[in-house]
Amino acid sequence: MRYFIALATVLALLWLGLSGVYKPLILILGAASVALVVWITERMEVLGAEHDPGTLSWRLPVYWTWLIGEIILANLMVARAVINPKRIKPSVIKVPATTRTRVGLVTYGNSITLTPGTITTELTDGSGEIQAHALLDEAVDGLRNGDMLKRVQWLEGPNQ
Amino acid sequence: MIDIVIHVLSAGLLLTGAAFALVGGVGLVRFPDLYTRLHAGGITDTIAPLLIIAGLILQAGVSILTIKLLLILLFLLFTTPTASHATVRAAIAAGIKPQGSEDPTKERASSNT
Repeated sequence: MRYFIALATVLALLWLGLSGVYKPLILILGAASVALVVWITERMEVLGAEHDPGTLSWRLPVYWTWLIGEIILANLMVARAVINPKRIKPSVIKVPATTRTRVGLVTYGNSITLTPGTITTELTDGSGEIQAHALLDEAVDGLRNGDMLKRVQWLEGPNQ
Repeated sequence: MIDIVIHVLSAGLLLTGAAFALVGGVGLVRFPDLYTRLHAGGITDTIAPLLIIAGLILQAGVSILTIKLLLILLFLLFTTPTASHATVRAAIAAGIKPQGSEDPTKERASSNT
């Protein structure tokens, strides 16, 4: 039931944000489409833990803000490497990835790829490791010091 | 007065975003192999849309359009890493070895290729 309400709320907010036309008929059509999507989701049995409102905590905007800062710094590094390609030193490294949840692991892998200069090449559930391709020595150091992993672990929140 | 400031700020953001997209494109040509080229593509995927959408939000003013622009950014930031990762997986499956591989489970990539 909790998942139903969470999904319906998110869909309704999305619809209201995209529509911009708030006449009674249009609103009823919107409500009907939200209901249809929730019903189909239930029929497909894909409604699950990923729709848990508990994963959408106040920690998420904090993490995103930090990640955008990291992305900008990493972009400047890679842009410098484009201007002077002699700087690049590609390597494949393995770094520990000990997250509590699978969503956390995927968040970590996606965050690594999203930051220019590092790309996740292999991610296996339960191996506790991520294999990544790094473009520059600075990117290798950034991954090895595990700062991003600590932030993802913090994002996952305390054990329940 | 405030109008001029917003226009200048927005133009600055749009131009910087465009410049980063260009740098990403140059890197795509300059870098030596598939894996390093993906990093250059990362510039076009991340900072360029960030700056361009920030500039567009300033142009449009705070309205319902802001939500739409932010949603574009959100979906872009969620899907492009997935696409990059899929490309890398496909390249590994096809047997393309990255330059300067340190991975002990794989053969060392021959240098100076």
